[in-house]
Amino acid sequence: MADTLHDPALKHHFDDLGQQHEAATLGMWVFLATEMLFFGGLFTAYMLYRIWYPETFGAASRTLDLTLGTVNTIVLITSSLTMALAVHAAAAGKRRKLMMFLGITMVLGAVFLAIKGIEYYQKFEEHHIPGLGFHFEGAAPERANLFFSLYFAMTGLHALHMIIGLGVMTVMLVMAARGRFSARWNTPIEISGLYWHFVDIIWIFLFPLLYLVDRHR
Amino acid sequence: MDTPALPRTHYLNAEYGLKSWLLTTDHKRIGLLFLGAISLFFILGGIFAGLIRLELLTPPGDLVSDDTYNKLFTMHGIVMIFMFLIPSIPAVMGNFFVPIMIGARDLAFPRLNLLSWYVFMAGGLFTLYAIVTGGVDTGWTFYTPFSTMSSHSNVMTAAIGIFIMGFSSILNGLNFIVTIHTMRAPGMTWFRMPLFLWAMYATSLINVLGTPVLAVTLFAVALERAFHMGIFDPAYGGDPILFQHLFWFYSHPAVYIMILPAMGVVSELVAAFSRKTIFGYRFVAFSSLAIAVFGFLVWGHHMFVAGMSVYAAMIFSVLSFLVAVPSAVKVFNWTATLYKGSISYQTPMLYAFGFIGLFTVGGLTGLFLASLGVDVHVTDTYFVVAHFHYIMVGGAIMGYLGGIHYWWPKITGRMYPDIWGRVAAVVIFLGFNLTFFPQFVLGYMGMPRRYHAYPPEFQALNVLSTAGASVMGIGYLIPVIYLVWSLKHGAIAGNNPWGAKGLEWTIPSPPPTFNFDKTPVVTEPAYAYETRETKRG
Amino acid sequence: MAGKVDALYFFLVAVSAFFVILIAALVIFFGIRYRRRAHDEVGTKVVPSLALELAWTIIPLCLGLVMFGWGASVYFNEARPPAETLDIYVVGKQWMWKFQHLDGQREINELHVPVGRAVRLTGTSEDVIHSFFVPAFRLKADVIPGRYTTLWFNATKTGRYHLFCAEYCGTKHSGMTGTVIVMDPTEYQAWLAGGAGEESLASKGQKAFQDLACITCHRADGQGRGPVLDGVYGSKVSLNNGQIVLADEAYIRESILSPGAKVTAGFQPIMPTFQGLVSEEQLLALIEYVKSLKGRPANQPATAGPGDPAPGEATPARGPQTPPDRQQQNPKK
Repeated sequence: MADTLHDPALKHHFDDLGQQHEAATLGMWVFLATEMLFFGGLFTAYMLYRIWYPETFGAASRTLDLTLGTVNTIVLITSSLTMALAVHAAAAGKRRKLMMFLGITMVLGAVFLAIKGIEYYQKFEEHHIPGLGFHFEGAAPERANLFFSLYFAMTGLHALHMIIGLGVMTVMLVMAARGRFSARWNTPIEISGLYWHFVDIIWIFLFPLLYLVDRHR
Repeated sequence: MDTPALPRTHYLNAEYGLKSWLLTTDHKRIGLLFLGAISLFFILGGIFAGLIRLELLTPPGDLVSDDTYNKLFTMHGIVMIFMFLIPSIPAVMGNFFVPIMIGARDLAFPRLNLLSWYVFMAGGLFTLYAIVTGGVDTGWTFYTPFSTMSSHSNVMTAAIGIFIMGFSSILNGLNFIVTIHTMRAPGMTWFRMPLFLWAMYATSLINVLGTPVLAVTLFAVALERAFHMGIFDPAYGGDPILFQHLFWFYSHPAVYIMILPAMGVVSELVAAFSRKTIFGYRFVAFSSLAIAVFGFLVWGHHMFVAGMSVYAAMIFSVLSFLVAVPSAVKVFNWTATLYKGSISYQTPMLYAFGFIGLFTVGGLTGLFLASLGVDVHVTDTYFVVAHFHYIMVGGAIMGYLGGIHYWWPKITGRMYPDIWGRVAAVVIFLGFNLTFFPQFVLGYMGMPRRYHAYPPEFQALNVLSTAGASVMGIGYLIPVIYLVWSLKHGAIAGNNPWGAKGLEWTIPSPPPTFNFDKTPVVTEPAYAYETRETKRG
Repeated sequence: MAGKVDALYFFLVAVSAFFVILIAALVIFFGIRYRRRAHDEVGTKVVPSLALELAWTIIPLCLGLVMFGWGASVYFNEARPPAETLDIYVVGKQWMWKFQHLDGQREINELHVPVGRAVRLTGTSEDVIHSFFVPAFRLKADVIPGRYTTLWFNATKTGRYHLFCAEYCGTKHSGMTGTVIVMDPTEYQAWLAGGAGEESLASKGQKAFQDLACITCHRADGQGRGPVLDGVYGSKVSLNNGQIVLADEAYIRESILSPGAKVTAGFQPIMPTFQGLVSEEQLLALIEYVKSLKGRPANQPATAGPGDPAPGEATPARGPQTPPDRQQQNPKK
């Protein structure tokens, strides 16, 4: 007991590092449950209208750039892998490896956002942004407006989470550079990893829902 | 009680100055920060309520304009629900007592806890800003398409304010869940926890799982107003009813966010003031969880007349009857706890009795609304208004006041005059019934809610209701006076003025900053009163 | 209907009163019998009873299920209009109720109906959600923009009854009230006759059909660019994506406002939207006109253009769903 009380990472109100670690991890899981429900509202709306208006939603969906979407999915899955490697390196106490993988993860995250930006720009060119001179060729354009509203709300919210994730990663990188983590204590890396994986998983749902359904026609 | 003096150092005098409060991470001080904020909001919401009742004294709309009236009931609802009732017991008494009752030195995330207060204040100020710059007139329910296309009031600001306050609830719930899971003292098993903690746990689950849905719904309303997204607009193929589904998915469970904590408090009060184990402890504990879970499945009963399919309505109806059962179980168990107890009539217990009575009426009238045939007639009338005030004011506020009176000696170290406490409790109980019982009748007669003017045949009952409201208003003023008085002049309370069980009564009043000198070890279940020497003959 | 709702209501009142009195009596009795007599007295241990717990779980559950069943049966009945009804349309709008009788009379904030006859209201809203509420009939239904909701009642006593808007709808919500006037059948006939000279709703629809140039494409001879509408109402329509939908009021409405959404098989999605060009009342008139096109010229209240009403290849024959009583609903024809 006595030595853990002197551990600089141990907060005064916890008994030991184990309890502190358990609390932090559970806290992140609970937060992710909240996040799930947060996205859940938009997913529900999207699914409902998709079922109601399969034609228009299919047509609007086919205007999305499948290649860029696929590349982005691969980028994001790779970043999940490098994040997992970063957590692994942290657990092994390897500081340089940890910093390298954190760096790669951040670069991949930035690439994802850049590609997303290109897609948004394409949509802008095509006048597919609701509220900005929206125009859609095809039947029932007002319902395509609904599709793109949901598309921008969902991917925009996801991108916001990515940006927050990049901010968190920056902090982690600085902390790692200052040698704050050790094999004994690396909870922040671990829970940041949880968050990053969660944001990836949201995309894994968004991608097929927005890009892939009704592609075959 | 032998030595009439406060402990030399405690959480209140450990540090002084504004900064020591605004930057504190002590869960007890944060609880008091919330107490201060929500008390102000309660007064504000009460003023709105008073103006509403005054307007309804006469059939024509003669005191305020229709527009003002609509803003009054909207802001009464928003302030009372989002800024008072939802944070009330969890953020004040939960913050203060959850760590102490499980034997911990603080919540798991003290800084997050402080953040939750700041987030709450930021959201609250946003909403206040919406109020002072012209108000909102959508009703607290923000129904689309009125809120998105028709209203010319500050809908966006108010929605953003509530959105922000939602994160305060989420942080609060997250903190409690983690704390209860990971920070219980040695020997404090789940089934030794006081029932207040079970209630807080169940409430936190709803906070964490329901609030984000409200947040994203209000977010969509704001986007819709700003960019005409079309999600709730039939002209774009959107569906205004979808808003109601999403809104009630949170806002029905939100009713349980308000009532479950009060049920937890009442369990503590009934046990402490009859000095007896709660009858059917496990049933009461699990009924809290059952309410939290079933509460998520009944949102559709707010929409029986909104063009819902007959079969969907039947499913929501039968589930609504199911969610009533755990509430009934609690009431029966509290009543059975009294049997062979040693019952005293100190102020907190009077509030507990008041709660049991009023909650029983409120819960039973809920069955009228779950029952499809009757709901069609009484929904959106004063029957509904009366029903949810019986739950939220008769239930939640009685529980809140009971809890404040029960733990006041622990929080401040001083007693309030019990006789005044009892007088206030009785006045509030009578005033409440006079205010809201006539509204059941009004509702069945067909008076719709949110009416600025009404046909003259409804006047007599409205006069009764307004008379009751003034009695109730006086009732609420009395505690403010004697509680403030007690801060300086109240008798020294000592560690355990009620002779109650529970870890919070083993430490000094007011408690030291880190609650326990050394981590307590729990060896007996909650409410182990009967093991003591003296039993009733 | 009111009687059925009241019976259930008073049953619920009785059950509630029983439990409130039971709980209050027990609390008061225990409170007095077991009041604290000594300062340091504690309660006596009571052995918990599983049987009791089960009893007060299961008994409320069963009572709840009885209430559910009863309430559901009343509701089911409220949701099912009889086969033969007098049809009236209602449109809610900030802040008035507009009624449209089939043979032309229009009313605002007043609704005249005959006593002892099932009346079916089909309603929608021009702006926000309103709710049609007649307390005396124990009846309420929201009218929702973009949708049609129906409700029905059979008034049993003549008189004047309150009509309220029960869903908050803005500044003058409490002013959105009216009167339902239930009349003797003979008086009702006289009242109807007083409105003579108004054209029927279907012929108003026919006029709109011509004014909006619908008729250039939806030609009755099957030679137009749009499907023939004779006999469409109540039939099953095959769409160009292979789906089959029932052509009810909602479908006709959708086809006018969002024509590209559900295109009849064999036709191109070339029809422009009429969103913003037709009012809710015109829509109702158009729907009523389409309903009146039975595919049999003899039945048409007003002849719909020239030519033979032979169904085109894209228009299915008159479906079995067409309510058989459609013609009789027009008492003044």
